[in-house]
Amino acid sequence: MKIVLNGEPREVRAETLSDLLLECGFTGRVATAVNEDFVPSTLRVAHKLTDGDRVEVVAPMQGG
Amino acid sequence: MKTFYGTKLPNPLMLGTAQYPSPAMLEKAFRESRAGVATVSLRRESGAGQTFWQMIRDLGVLVLPNTAGCHTVKEAVTTAHMAREVFDTKWIKLELIGHTDSLQPDVFQLVEAARILTDDGFQVFPYTTDDLVVAERLFGAGCEVLMPWGAPIGSGRGLNNEYALRAMRAEFADVPLVIDAGIGLPSHAAHAMELGYDAVLLNTAVARAGDPVAMARAMMLAIEAGQLAHEADPIEARDMAEPSTPVIGKAFLS
Repeated sequence: MKIVLNGEPREVRAETLSDLLLECGFTGRVATAVNEDFVPSTLRVAHKLTDGDRVEVVAPMQGG
Repeated sequence: MKTFYGTKLPNPLMLGTAQYPSPAMLEKAFRESRAGVATVSLRRESGAGQTFWQMIRDLGVLVLPNTAGCHTVKEAVTTAHMAREVFDTKWIKLELIGHTDSLQPDVFQLVEAARILTDDGFQVFPYTTDDLVVAERLFGAGCEVLMPWGAPIGSGRGLNNEYALRAMRAEFADVPLVIDAGIGLPSHAAHAMELGYDAVLLNTAVARAGDPVAMARAMMLAIEAGQLAHEADPIEARDMAEPSTPVIGKAFLS
């Protein structure tokens, strides 16, 4: 299906959020949101993706 | 020193981790500063995040994630939730930007987001203005710490409105207050501490200095000097001179 991952259009095979992270190689400490709503790590396995979803995957970064 | 949601800080310096010339310089400056709190953020994962996080963990400091760049309540609340999960802390530096040029906090949305997050178990450090009425609203929303600006973020102007910051300190004597933003020089940081503020949060002044490591050390020395001076009960300024050497006993030599 087609999704938007961190602002970039992507064609992916994954059907759940946890599979998407595996497919796209996110292995470290990240947090996720789908369509602007936070999805806790414990709910990623159960979270089914649908065509057109906007997925954000964020990680620790420098900040002030 | 007052506690921040029950946590005692090792010293009054909170140091940002952004804008350093290199990760190595950041680490060195941080160690040299002896700061006990590091502010961090969340950004789209590009591969660099995990190394950065390991370095922060190795510093052994308290971590204060921010919601930098958020312009809406929804955005800030979602970011806070993601930060709580990634950084494993209830602390959140709540930034809700309302104005593009000054990066002035949108205090209306700030109060709203603070209420939502407090109800959800967060310990909110709101980046706010020096407005006393807003401060009261933030307490009403459950905040137990306030972080008023000294001057706009990254401006290095020091304490723009000493009168207002003095009034805020006097009004909320028992609340932990942190000057956040606007510090450019060690003298600005010392000034904040001399006014009786409990901590100073700064980033750009160190990270963008020609020698961040030396500036980090200078900031901590200034903060310690200012804190000590405040505790030492400084004299009041006066308009006229007052001789410090005793007048009585002076020899008549003319």
